[in-house]
Amino acid sequence: MAEAFQFELVSPERLLLSEKVTSVVLPGAEGEFGVGAGHSPFLSTMRPGVVKALSDNGETFEYFVRGGFADVSASGTTVLAEEAIPMSEINAEFLAQQIKNAEEDAADAKTDETRQKADLVVSQLREVEQAVAAA
Amino acid sequence: MASLKDLKNRIASVKATQKITKAMQMVAAAKLRRAQEAAEASRPYAQRMGTVLGNLAAGVQGRDDAPKLMTGTGKEQVHLLLVCTAERGLCGGFNSSIVKLAREHANKLLAEGKDVKIITVGKKGYDALKREFAQHIIEKIELRGLKNIEFKDTKAVGELVLKMFEDEKFDVCTLFYAQFKSVISQIPTAKQLVPAHFEAQEEVAEEGADNALYEYEPGEQEILETLLPRNIAVQIYSAILENAASEQGARMSAMDNATRNAGEMIDKLTLSYNRQRQAQITKELIEIISGAEAL
Repeated sequence: MAEAFQFELVSPERLLLSEKVTSVVLPGAEGEFGVGAGHSPFLSTMRPGVVKALSDNGETFEYFVRGGFADVSASGTTVLAEEAIPMSEINAEFLAQQIKNAEEDAADAKTDETRQKADLVVSQLREVEQAVAAA
Repeated sequence: MASLKDLKNRIASVKATQKITKAMQMVAAAKLRRAQEAAEASRPYAQRMGTVLGNLAAGVQGRDDAPKLMTGTGKEQVHLLLVCTAERGLCGGFNSSIVKLAREHANKLLAEGKDVKIITVGKKGYDALKREFAQHIIEKIELRGLKNIEFKDTKAVGELVLKMFEDEKFDVCTLFYAQFKSVISQIPTAKQLVPAHFEAQEEVAEEGADNALYEYEPGEQEILETLLPRNIAVQIYSAILENAASEQGARMSAMDNATRNAGEMIDKLTLSYNRQRQAQITKELIEIISGAEAL
């Protein structure tokens, strides 16, 4: 069995998860990445997506996060999510609503920069939707 | 001397007040538990954010291209005070102690010839400051009618502050709120938001070796640029949660005191009511007896 390390998922409202895990898959801003024990110190922003953690007793935890950032250090991995919801509470309708909101943001955007950002969020959310639909 | 009837009315009214304060105390106690949990649950996020930023900040310190949110604008002329208070009164010295701290700060800055701008969050802060600093208050935000304050509710406050900073409307921003220690102790606190201050910095400097190994994705600079604005929103959010817990704590102890005082008052009034009643009976007896003797 792989070595375990401490993983924490925190949202502004509360500490969602604090577990010993063997691996975590995070949706980094520049692509998904996996973290195992002894990963070199690493700091990345995250795009909307799914955080998957495999605990050392075989449980998996899946959370939908809406952006945030991940801090991988020697003492463990911490994900500071802007918003995090357990995958079990996520359904297609919820995602459709999120996409709709994001699209409205894009439509309302006043500058090119904010529109680009909003468009990016829309496309990222669509990816998540596809992944959820496939699962 | 008040008549018997007056005393009776007084006692009835104090009793009614006591019932109200007792009920308020119990409501505050119930709300306090929830608010306290929320405040405590939000601490890990704010704390970790501080550590991560501390790490990052140590790396870019002293560089010319470091984000302005961290290094400041290089001036200290315009100060923005963000004063967070409660929406309601009847919570002892809670609102006034925050306002007092903010007022002292503002007066000190004004005496130094600085410009002061004030944003109040919460109705009570505005009420207390408007007389003295009416021309300095640029915005008042009310978070009325929100049962549970969520991050997205306070995000708007953060965005407002950021927008003002981008437009170079201020140089230094300070946040005023009451830190929740316990039910009987809430500490009014001033916290500097912009330029950002990190307590972790010194500690990190010692562990400089660990820091150097950090990899960043996208780049250090980009991360700092997304994190710093979020940090402000988070700091405001956690301040407002701390405030909510402090408010309920302060109200609970204030109402507990009020209930006790009302109890004491009732005892005293009842005593003097009884004394007077007895005195009247004695007086009547004397009248009857002396009337009988005269015959």
